[in-house]
Amino acid sequence: MTTILPSPRHGPPLLEIRDLRTQFGFGPGTVNAVQGVDLRIAPGEIVGLVGESGSGKSVLALSILRLIQTPGRIAGGQILFDGRDVLAMSARDLGRWRGRDIGIIFQQPQGCLNPVRRIGWQVAEPLRQQERLTRRAAWDGAVSLLRSVGIPAPEEKALAYPHQLSGGQAQRVMIAIALALRPRLLIADEPTTALDVTIQAQILELLRDSCRHAGTSLLLVTHDLGVVARLADRVAVMYAGRIVEDGPVATMLDDPGHPYARGLLRAAPRLGQSGGERLQDIPGGIPDLSRAAPGCAFAPRCGRRASLALARCLEEMPPLATVRPDHRLRCWAAPDATGARS
Amino acid sequence: MSEALLEEPVFEAVPRWRQLLGRLLRNRSAVAGSTVLLILVLLAAFAPLIAPYDPFKINPAQRLMPPGALHWLGTDEVGRDLLSRIIHGTRYFLLICAVTASISASIGTVLGLIAGAGSSLTDGIIMRMIDILLAFPYILMVLVVVAILGPSLWTGMAAVGIAGIPGYARLVRSAVLTIKAEDYVVSVRALGASEAEILFRTVLPNVLSPLIVYLSFATPLAALLASALSFAGLGTQPPAPEWGAMLVNSRTYLFSAWWAVAAPGTALFISIFGMNILGNGLRDVLDPRS
Repeated sequence: MTTILPSPRHGPPLLEIRDLRTQFGFGPGTVNAVQGVDLRIAPGEIVGLVGESGSGKSVLALSILRLIQTPGRIAGGQILFDGRDVLAMSARDLGRWRGRDIGIIFQQPQGCLNPVRRIGWQVAEPLRQQERLTRRAAWDGAVSLLRSVGIPAPEEKALAYPHQLSGGQAQRVMIAIALALRPRLLIADEPTTALDVTIQAQILELLRDSCRHAGTSLLLVTHDLGVVARLADRVAVMYAGRIVEDGPVATMLDDPGHPYARGLLRAAPRLGQSGGERLQDIPGGIPDLSRAAPGCAFAPRCGRRASLALARCLEEMPPLATVRPDHRLRCWAAPDATGARS
Repeated sequence: MSEALLEEPVFEAVPRWRQLLGRLLRNRSAVAGSTVLLILVLLAAFAPLIAPYDPFKINPAQRLMPPGALHWLGTDEVGRDLLSRIIHGTRYFLLICAVTASISASIGTVLGLIAGAGSSLTDGIIMRMIDILLAFPYILMVLVVVAILGPSLWTGMAAVGIAGIPGYARLVRSAVLTIKAEDYVVSVRALGASEAEILFRTVLPNVLSPLIVYLSFATPLAALLASALSFAGLGTQPPAPEWGAMLVNSRTYLFSAWWAVAAPGTALFISIFGMNILGNGLRDVLDPRS
């Protein structure tokens, strides 16, 4: 399933997030959507960021690009992109960095295209602005980009307006725009959630191939474990604004350490599952992010804590501990790094 | 199965303005409204050729003649041909529409853009100024402006134009605020566009549709107000064949010579109604959801 490539995990990371915190609102109602995330993405690596709705994964994605709008704000932490401090960039540097070094695509591709401009110009815009190409050259560049993302008859299609595209075509156009300047990191925030099932696989393949081809790193935000299994080298699981587990895709899909990650896995249908086996949901919902409770955020819903009756889970937040060189886990109840798993 | 089949290509190689024109021509109220506007423009352009008489020519022998073969719409209290005056009046009507709309729309749009795109402080200052303008009744504000500048065609138009600014400013500001939150604005920001580029290349083109529709509704209202001003003696001065001024001259003869009132009144009604239904049609045509 996963492409076998030399692991790019070693060496300096392309993106390094340290203790990033993003808040919305003020005073007692402040929502801590992202509360201290640490994440590294290596050059060329495809990282899946998984979690249920409201776990903070989209906010994290927007925070990386500093696209959080008031009343939201980045309250602390550090974002290093190839050693550069993103949070300290001036508006001018930020403008040059976005698009050129980092790109993002969103869930609703049709809403992301300007309804009153031809798509060719929308693809050509970054080429004109950032690469200083002439109109003609940018247009030709846009046409070849549209061709490279599999838009049929790109010369004609470039003249179309967004409402004339299907959802799948619109997402292809968004990918073309995001990759126009060959960024080194692409963030895809639920890129296939709004699309037909038949189109999803094609778009994912396009994303993977485009990124592998150009050596672009990809942060794939999704709640769909199937998507992750198909694409990712590494998976980070997010819960209530924190990373709870982070490891290689094979481990994460076979034998995740965190009870929440296990719950997600049991809640997802698998091929070859016998008909009698029921999908299991995780009882309860995510906690109120405006209230800081001591202890593990998942503890109230955690079956393992209940069976082991661990008091510590409710009193103290577990650290994101390194259990293996490439595997981090935030759980008191998990077997330790050396212990065998049951 | 090939992807082309799955994604059903729906491309039409027709430019957007031609699509819009096609939709406009299929929209009955838009067609009716544009026809009225077109007739007004033609009458104004060729008024001296079309009008059967000189609109200023006084003929005491033919005072208050009812509509007939000689004077199709009758004559007024000094024997001027009403049809000729109505035809020449289209020039005043269109002039008033153009001037008031230009004043209100240009200043209002700029203020709305600054308010919607600027900081909350500039937004607050501009919108509180707009609120002050809005706190006065429309007609009172116009009267104040005319009282300061003195009654004439041009001051009347200026007054009506100024009175229209708050509407445009509020419309544009709210449209800017809505569009600023759209995904496609976030997308171009994520591509490195500066805030100025976003405002002029992405936000402004999307404000145009609601602006055009508002223009077609607000302009006839402004023209009506300008006529009311003439009616009150504070706008166009006699003997100019402006419809509002014609109404005020003839109102004393309403019971003896109804046509002298009916002619300019009907002209005003048809013109304003025509522009209103054009606005209705435009709203339907330009609405991206239709």
